[in-house]
Amino acid sequence: MEIPYTVAVRRDTGLTNGKIGIWLFLASEVMLFGALFASYILIRSGAPSWPRGDTILNVPMATFNTIVLITSSITMVMAWASLMRGRLQTFRTYMGGTILLGGVFLVVKYFEYSHKFHEGLLPSSNNFLAIYFTLTGLHMLHVLGGMAVNAYLLSFGAKLWKTNPAWFTNRVENSGLFWHFVDLVWIFLFPTLYLL
Amino acid sequence: MTTEHAVHVDAPGHDAADIDRHVKVYVVVFVALMALTLITVAVSYLHLPTRTAIALALVIAGIKGSLVACYFMHLISEKKLIYVVLGITIFKFVVLLALPIFTHSDSYGLFE
Amino acid sequence: MSHPGTVATPPPHASHGSHHEEELSFWRKYVFSVDHKMIGMQYAVTGLLFLLFGFSLMMLMRWQLAYPGTALPLIGALLGETRMPGGVMQPDFYNELGAMHGTIMVFLGVVPLAVGGFGNFVVPLQIGAPDMAFPRLNMASYWFFFLGGVIMLASFFVPGGAAQGGWTSYPPLAIILGSGQTWWLMGMVFLITSSLLGAINFITTIIQLRAKGLTYFRFPFFVWAQFVTSFLLLLAFPPLEAAAVMQLMDRLAGTSFFLPSGLVVSGQIVTAAGGGNPILWQHLFWFLAHPEVYVLILPAMGIVAEIIANNTRKPLWGYRPMVYSLLFLGFMSFIVWAHHMFMTGMGTGMAAFFQTTTMIISIPSVVILTALIMSLWGGSIRFTTPMLFALGFLPMFGIGGLTGLPLGFNISDIPLHDTYYVIGHFHYVVAPGTIFALFAGIYYWYPKATGRMMNDTLGKIHFVGSFVCMNVIFMPMFWMGLAGVSRRLFDGGATYAFAQPVLHLNVVSSWGAWILALFQLPFIFNFFWSAWKGPIAGNNPWNATTLEWAAPSPPPHGNFLVAPEAYRGPYEYSVPGAAKDFTPQYEA
Repeated sequence: MEIPYTVAVRRDTGLTNGKIGIWLFLASEVMLFGALFASYILIRSGAPSWPRGDTILNVPMATFNTIVLITSSITMVMAWASLMRGRLQTFRTYMGGTILLGGVFLVVKYFEYSHKFHEGLLPSSNNFLAIYFTLTGLHMLHVLGGMAVNAYLLSFGAKLWKTNPAWFTNRVENSGLFWHFVDLVWIFLFPTLYLL
Repeated sequence: MTTEHAVHVDAPGHDAADIDRHVKVYVVVFVALMALTLITVAVSYLHLPTRTAIALALVIAGIKGSLVACYFMHLISEKKLIYVVLGITIFKFVVLLALPIFTHSDSYGLFE
Repeated sequence: MSHPGTVATPPPHASHGSHHEEELSFWRKYVFSVDHKMIGMQYAVTGLLFLLFGFSLMMLMRWQLAYPGTALPLIGALLGETRMPGGVMQPDFYNELGAMHGTIMVFLGVVPLAVGGFGNFVVPLQIGAPDMAFPRLNMASYWFFFLGGVIMLASFFVPGGAAQGGWTSYPPLAIILGSGQTWWLMGMVFLITSSLLGAINFITTIIQLRAKGLTYFRFPFFVWAQFVTSFLLLLAFPPLEAAAVMQLMDRLAGTSFFLPSGLVVSGQIVTAAGGGNPILWQHLFWFLAHPEVYVLILPAMGIVAEIIANNTRKPLWGYRPMVYSLLFLGFMSFIVWAHHMFMTGMGTGMAAFFQTTTMIISIPSVVILTALIMSLWGGSIRFTTPMLFALGFLPMFGIGGLTGLPLGFNISDIPLHDTYYVIGHFHYVVAPGTIFALFAGIYYWYPKATGRMMNDTLGKIHFVGSFVCMNVIFMPMFWMGLAGVSRRLFDGGATYAFAQPVLHLNVVSSWGAWILALFQLPFIFNFFWSAWKGPIAGNNPWNATTLEWAAPSPPPHGNFLVAPEAYRGPYEYSVPGAAKDFTPQYEA
């Protein structure tokens, strides 16, 4: 028994099930990060004083990470475009690049965090650090999740290309949407935490 | 096994020429995102008054985010249903951000 | 023409995705099934078991409330010396029971049954779909729910016991309580994830997999109800997940998201950075928990609507206004939440805002209830068991809704907040409200799920007994609340002078609860017995019009022998000039 509209679009909506599913999931993620941003607003406005981000956090490292993530976004969309052009090898290159850049992001974050811990700056130290670690920590989990899905698509998942290339391309596109969203969250996180 | 033939994917309007056009757009957006990143960091060094700094940072982030959403995520050419879902979400997102802080400002300040 | 029972040759499949039921192992068929019907039944049975368990916790509490400080015969000795020394309930244990009763009933009982159970089983059938859009995601949703339940149950066995901070887990108390509270938070994370995945599945399925000819305004009202419910779950749950993460950080990583500065506990200053805001938790919690109450009631309204149309043999009165009311209700539900927070020092401006939105949101509820009542007018009413429960729902929900109005006004909420009045209000809506609708749904769709009818006499006994007992339990609570008796008092108000004139009502409610338990026995027996010995139901034992009745009872994998098509609206009963008193949606 096959579920319709997994690969072909339904005529009146113009969408596949997976496309709707991933956007619905992203909608819920908007609310998840939204709640943390709302908490940031409430806590900061109620605080007698609040440090400017660049006095505590490492702006050059985070700027580098921002560039890394934006680059990974273009490699991700190019991975999908490669499949649309029927080029599996190019897809592999771009997808591999995306995962690698995700890894770089994580390594930089590792250095950032360990440096903070080394200096005795913990989530429990004050509310600025609490919200910093929670927001970036949750974001980091999403980066990991995205990398895991991408790694699957690069390896075992790629078998689907042989039997149903359209379905595989859709899966890569949907995974890409998630990855772009992770980038999008960082685009707001970075100035909020590091620059303001 | 490398497959170098173009695949007929069931995505209306996406033939080879279209993809080339898309890729050109992606590169332009990428360059814009890089530029805006450097601008937002540079602006932060100006140490503007807090409210101005916040507004400016959010505007720049908003532009960057819109570029990612519209072009990398193809939102600019998406279907109506997705717009409806996102519209509802944005409304709720704004409510979640605004109402608690309004309530807090209007309150008797039990927790300062 | 798709005639129920016609055998058609299924189209040949090339992919390995098609498997025949005979080939599935026991584990793949009954435990790790991806079939929405099996998953729906898993949710329903698990949900019912949790309802029973949550009810049992309350029955224990009711002893303490009726006879504070006295030993509970027989059972008291079994619960250990820490919790019930000499059979007498300790205050901590009372709090444990209270917190877990609420949590289990709402998140492990009603929602899994109403949304996971009924939604999963009925919706794909009612829209003529072969299954949900994402069958494996569906299975994952169930197991996340199951794991969440296991974590919640396991928390009873950790040192210090289960959560004691109420189902609301308010800081600062929730931060300083024992490890049970951490388990509660972890359990919530699993349950929230389950609901999110389920919501994604429902919305996609309803939009994409509806049958040919089934336009939006030909949906059964039940489908609309589940559709709106799913949006509520999708967008309201994540903030609570974020809040749970923050509370976990406060408890485990020593952060102070919710801990204010200068907090003193038992004479000691709490060593934490401080600067946090307990009200922040309340905002995030109620942002979810208010839409959550609509998650509790909307599927119930959907079920009642189906059963009323079927048992009056006429279309629903005001179908379109009802649908628009649902949509409006969903929209409004996100901007009323702080009516649960009137006592947090809110200023008059925001209080006025939330009062206004709260009053406005009562309008769609009234429209829906009125439409359901008007649907009875001029009908040929069949007093089947499902119909009795559906009819019982109407006045009970009415009382529940009306008693909510004084709570929605800032001024009248001041004396009523956190009293038994509130408990009476929300129990009327959920207990003889939603749960009656869920019972109705079980008696109604049982034949579709099992191929057999439940016994009608036992059903009627179940109904009459439950209806009387529910009122005996909850009506006195309004009096107690108006007298000023607070909720969550482990002795039911016995130490307060002003409570003395109403204390006897605790005894009344308690006996109502224990007798209610007895009246569930015919239902439990009926539920299991009928699966073996109930009279065989055909495809359409109720002579109903909606698409699920086109499928065999029980439906096979893939649901329909021939893909159904919808030719008309969902409630074409007693169409003038028709041969039968019902014209099914699926008949050409």
